[in-house]
Amino acid sequence: MENKKTYLGKIASAIESLATGMGITGKEFFTPKVTECYPENRDTLYIFDRFKGVLEMPHDENGNSKCIACGMCQTVCPNDAIVVDSEMVEDEASGKKKKQLVKYEYDLGSCMYCNLCVEICPTDAIRFNTGFENAVFDRSLLNMTLHVAKAGTAKKEETSVLADKPEALEKKEKPDQK
Amino acid sequence: MFDFSIVTSSIHAWLSEYLSQGLAIFVECVAVGIGILALYAIIAIIMIYMERKVCAAFQCRIGPVRVGPFGLFQLIADVIKMLIKEIIIISHSDKFLYNLAPYVVIVGSVLAFACLPISQGLEILDFNIGVFFFLAVSSIGVIGILLAGWSSNNKFSLIGAMRSGSQMISYELSIGLSVLTVVALAGTMQFSEIVAMQSSGWLLFKGHIPAVIAFVVYLIAANAECNRGPFDLPEAESELTAGFHTEYSGMHFGLFYVAEFVNLFIVSAFAATVFLGGWMPFHVSGLDGFNRIMDYIPGALWFFGKSFFLVWVLMWIKWTFPRLRVDQILQLEWKYLVPIGLVNLSIMALCAVFGWHF
Repeated sequence: MENKKTYLGKIASAIESLATGMGITGKEFFTPKVTECYPENRDTLYIFDRFKGVLEMPHDENGNSKCIACGMCQTVCPNDAIVVDSEMVEDEASGKKKKQLVKYEYDLGSCMYCNLCVEICPTDAIRFNTGFENAVFDRSLLNMTLHVAKAGTAKKEETSVLADKPEALEKKEKPDQK
Repeated sequence: MFDFSIVTSSIHAWLSEYLSQGLAIFVECVAVGIGILALYAIIAIIMIYMERKVCAAFQCRIGPVRVGPFGLFQLIADVIKMLIKEIIIISHSDKFLYNLAPYVVIVGSVLAFACLPISQGLEILDFNIGVFFFLAVSSIGVIGILLAGWSSNNKFSLIGAMRSGSQMISYELSIGLSVLTVVALAGTMQFSEIVAMQSSGWLLFKGHIPAVIAFVVYLIAANAECNRGPFDLPEAESELTAGFHTEYSGMHFGLFYVAEFVNLFIVSAFAATVFLGGWMPFHVSGLDGFNRIMDYIPGALWFFGKSFFLVWVLMWIKWTFPRLRVDQILQLEWKYLVPIGLVNLSIMALCAVFGWHF
């Protein structure tokens, strides 16, 4: 125990432990700070990759996504934020019947960012991007359709919801519409 | 080195031409008084800004950046806020003492501030018991704090004030002993002479081991005197809301706040003057060329550079260690710092008598 130390031993251990503490804070003083000055550095803002902002479905250059319309994301969603519309089509070459995505609706206002849909997706067709500026003037603007290819969605650096939803901005004019 | 007394004596000669001797001295006193209060306020503002930025850096933040470039105008906004706030009069308080307390604190602080030699010839109070006078006036502040706690008619304030009283009176002893150690080496209590004798090397290096021990003891005790850092029991936000100044608002609170920050500067500047040579540039005896280059840097710059470096060290201590308990504080003082100080003083006395110093 501490009491077994001699008088001088206590002084020595005190100096040692105080110096350790001073060393840690002294190092911290000169460490570059990670604070992001948000509105000013909006162009160069760095958000860590695991941040879950808005659900998105990446499309390739031909407008095709990896979605097979299995509907598992809709089933697993605790808040019913996802509605998948599908239809059966016959493949001309093989003659096999196949499910095809018609409409993929996602309600950002109901989403609780649990990531279950992304985890359960068998083809990794959906993911969360790091956009966090989700404030809009009307709730209806939070209903998004993800099955249409949009410019820029292939990249993960998307930050603004409104920026890539010009049709959402137009809807703002008539908020009665539901 | 530029001798500032040339300027002051020429001003005195110029005033004496137009005014009688007594009136000239009166005008000079008023000018000096205004000057020192202005400097006091400027240093308080710099200290508050520095505290915010340094504290932020230690806590992995960047501090104020929004108002003005680097958050510089934040201070002006704070000063305006403090000045226009209402001064609330507590109904069941001792009104005379309640209003007197902040001024007692600030008077002690300004008097101590006036002792410090800023540059060669730029000193306001300089006489043969300067160090003694400094210690005496700097301990006036504790009366103000006790008055504030007593007159507020508030349990928290009184507990804070009593803690402050026991703490500051105890640590006064350590400060006295460590300063006495340096006085034993220097052989004088006059600030200008103490600084002048450091032209061949700072006392911290001249007095080697005992001087370094005295320096460390002084820094610990000075931190306790300022009611800061790990010794902020009198204020102890988490226990006593704000301690002795809980009931103060507006500029009365502002005076306590300013006095606290300037006291931190004063103890640092005193340590810089006594241990690190004050305005005296860094001299190495023998290297005349090096010494001459150092002389080109003005004395005031040396003084403020050393002082603010020590302020930074004290802030480093403050933002590193957690607050002590009352019994731990008194134990540290009476069982460790005082015996160390006494032994250290005898070692220094031997060094001074037998000339075992540089």
